[in-house]
Amino acid sequence: MQDLGIRVLFLGNNFARLLQGLWITIRISLIAVALSIVFGVLLGILMTVKNPVIKAMTKIYLEFIRIMPQLVLLFLVFFGLTKSYGINLSGETSAIIVFTLWGTAEMGDLVRGALISIPKHQYESGAAIGLTKWQVYRYVIIPQILTRLVPLAINLTTRMIKTTSLVALIGVVEVLKVAQQIIEANRYTVPDSALWIYGTIFFLYFFACWPISLVAKRLEKKWKTT
Amino acid sequence: MLTIRDVRKSFQENEVLKGVSIEVEKGDVVVILGPSGSGKTTLLRSINFLERADSGTLDWEDIHLDLKHASRKDVALIRKKTAFVFQNYNLFKNKTALENVMEGLTVARKVPKKEAEKIAKEALDKVGLSERYDYYPSQLSGGQQQRVGIARAVAVNPDIILFDEPTSALDPELVGEVLNVIKTLAKEGTTMIVVTHEIKFAQEVANKVVFMDGGFVVEEGSANEIFNHPKEERTQQFLRRILPDYDYAI
Amino acid sequence: MDIGFIVEYIPLYVEAAKLTLGIGLIGIALSLIVGLLIAFIQYFKIPILRQMATGYIELSRNTPLLVQLFFLYFGLPKVGIRISSEGCAIIGLCFLGGSYMAEAFRSGMESVEKGQEESAFALGFRKSQVVRYVILPQALSVSIPALCANMIFLIKETSVFSVVALADLMYVAKDLIGLYYKTDEALLMLVIAYLIILLPISIVAAILERRIRYAGFGN
Repeated sequence: MQDLGIRVLFLGNNFARLLQGLWITIRISLIAVALSIVFGVLLGILMTVKNPVIKAMTKIYLEFIRIMPQLVLLFLVFFGLTKSYGINLSGETSAIIVFTLWGTAEMGDLVRGALISIPKHQYESGAAIGLTKWQVYRYVIIPQILTRLVPLAINLTTRMIKTTSLVALIGVVEVLKVAQQIIEANRYTVPDSALWIYGTIFFLYFFACWPISLVAKRLEKKWKTT
Repeated sequence: MLTIRDVRKSFQENEVLKGVSIEVEKGDVVVILGPSGSGKTTLLRSINFLERADSGTLDWEDIHLDLKHASRKDVALIRKKTAFVFQNYNLFKNKTALENVMEGLTVARKVPKKEAEKIAKEALDKVGLSERYDYYPSQLSGGQQQRVGIARAVAVNPDIILFDEPTSALDPELVGEVLNVIKTLAKEGTTMIVVTHEIKFAQEVANKVVFMDGGFVVEEGSANEIFNHPKEERTQQFLRRILPDYDYAI
Repeated sequence: MDIGFIVEYIPLYVEAAKLTLGIGLIGIALSLIVGLLIAFIQYFKIPILRQMATGYIELSRNTPLLVQLFFLYFGLPKVGIRISSEGCAIIGLCFLGGSYMAEAFRSGMESVEKGQEESAFALGFRKSQVVRYVILPQALSVSIPALCANMIFLIKETSVFSVVALADLMYVAKDLIGLYYKTDEALLMLVIAYLIILLPISIVAAILERRIRYAGFGN
């Protein structure tokens, strides 16, 4: 087979279009991750509060979000809100809402875990050497929490990027949709383009996520305290 | 019976054994003494191939082995003739005392289960744990765990038992019960090499004492020779340090 | 809320749930096998296979199942490899799950202290016997929480099976929304269906995890 289907990638600006499609999902992920970190820290702190009502509510939120497939959550927001309540949301906005809700739950649990993992004597020994409460947090507690959290937050980013591929199923024109368009447009000239295009997307995702997971792994190893 | 010659071993840049030789006859109780870092434990582990020596030979009756290049089969052979008692007991955590002792028989030596159970119970009885067959390691005291460790070694009927600081991890009040078991074995004529810091024990049971320092054997001889007439300055220093009231004859 | 509608279409959801679960369970079983094999390859440090395993794990963990499925279902037929919808779903789930299971097994095996291995060697165990009688039994109890979490994760991932033309829960829900505009009802049933499937598993997993954490052997 001389006429390799891979040439479809180099027809016109096909490859650039794929990259643009990928950027859509990555952009959604980055926005969602940024929001998740902010809300996640708040949620995590909230979860250490001893009030039973707050405890129950945060727990239900966390469990529901974590047990539902993300695609179900996407359907709930995209179809549910739009069609039942007339709130017209674009696929992209729905996705950002859903992935922020999901990321907040994940992040919140990580923050809570990090907070309760700091042994009490860390606070006490900080106080014992004469630091004020604020200084204890500033110099003792927060650095420890950060070294625990940063690798996990980076990991969450790769999970987020992978999961945002789902937005194709609620009609967001991202990399898979672009792929379908390209394949459709070249169906007669390059009949086996699907193999090359989807193969390319597979590796595009890989090269988007892999370096990030490597960084997370490296940091995790470097900062391993216990 | 067992001769180890010229064992060398380095960890990265650090040469821990710089050509050590020892000889063990049947019925010998060889005690290896020396400050920490002298290479005693590494030597013991090399005999059992838990550590691969960089060079050296091992002679066992008609078996002649190169410590570095010994084949998997030879390693298995030596391991079946020896038993090892660890400093941290290393009992299988997910097995009861009885199962721990049986495991070496049923798995490595294919002894039928019934027979293994009988042997294992005898071994546990011998170390005074007839009431503890079904206890998990976490339910036993350190001294009891180490006695299971010894029973596990005895049960496989080895030609020689290697003890690696068997009492170092124990609380002082538990040391006695373990040493007593080892003493009993020694009196019964069990061949053994014991790495230990328990000088009193060494004086009592050893018929041969090896003093190591800095990766060399500094001096070796009978217990009487080493404890009462040490020739080397370093041996004298060592004994003086660990036995404050030590007064050797000249 | 149209109760009549819900009752009428419950059987459709039941069928879809069966399909999802059936394929999910086969995929999970295969993932466990693949995971264990890879953990062995890594433990025994088998050359070449080991590097391949590392490559596979990275590929599998850094690509979405959705894209894997598109490649299997739409890409491969172009070179004459035609796999049924069910086949694609199972292969995809296994390709994804294998690496997660492998990591769970591996971290369990790594958690077994070196001394456990050494004492088995000193007793004359062969390496395979060490794995079978010492490492695996201890590693499994450590791995169980992660294995359960992976199972839940994989069942959740089955929600993308509709892209390979399987009539799973998402497919049914989307169909009902598209055909009858019964969005609330369709989504409610969807959520309930997933709760019925996933809640018991996650509760059992939580109980198991607690028991393992507080029990240990003989405590």
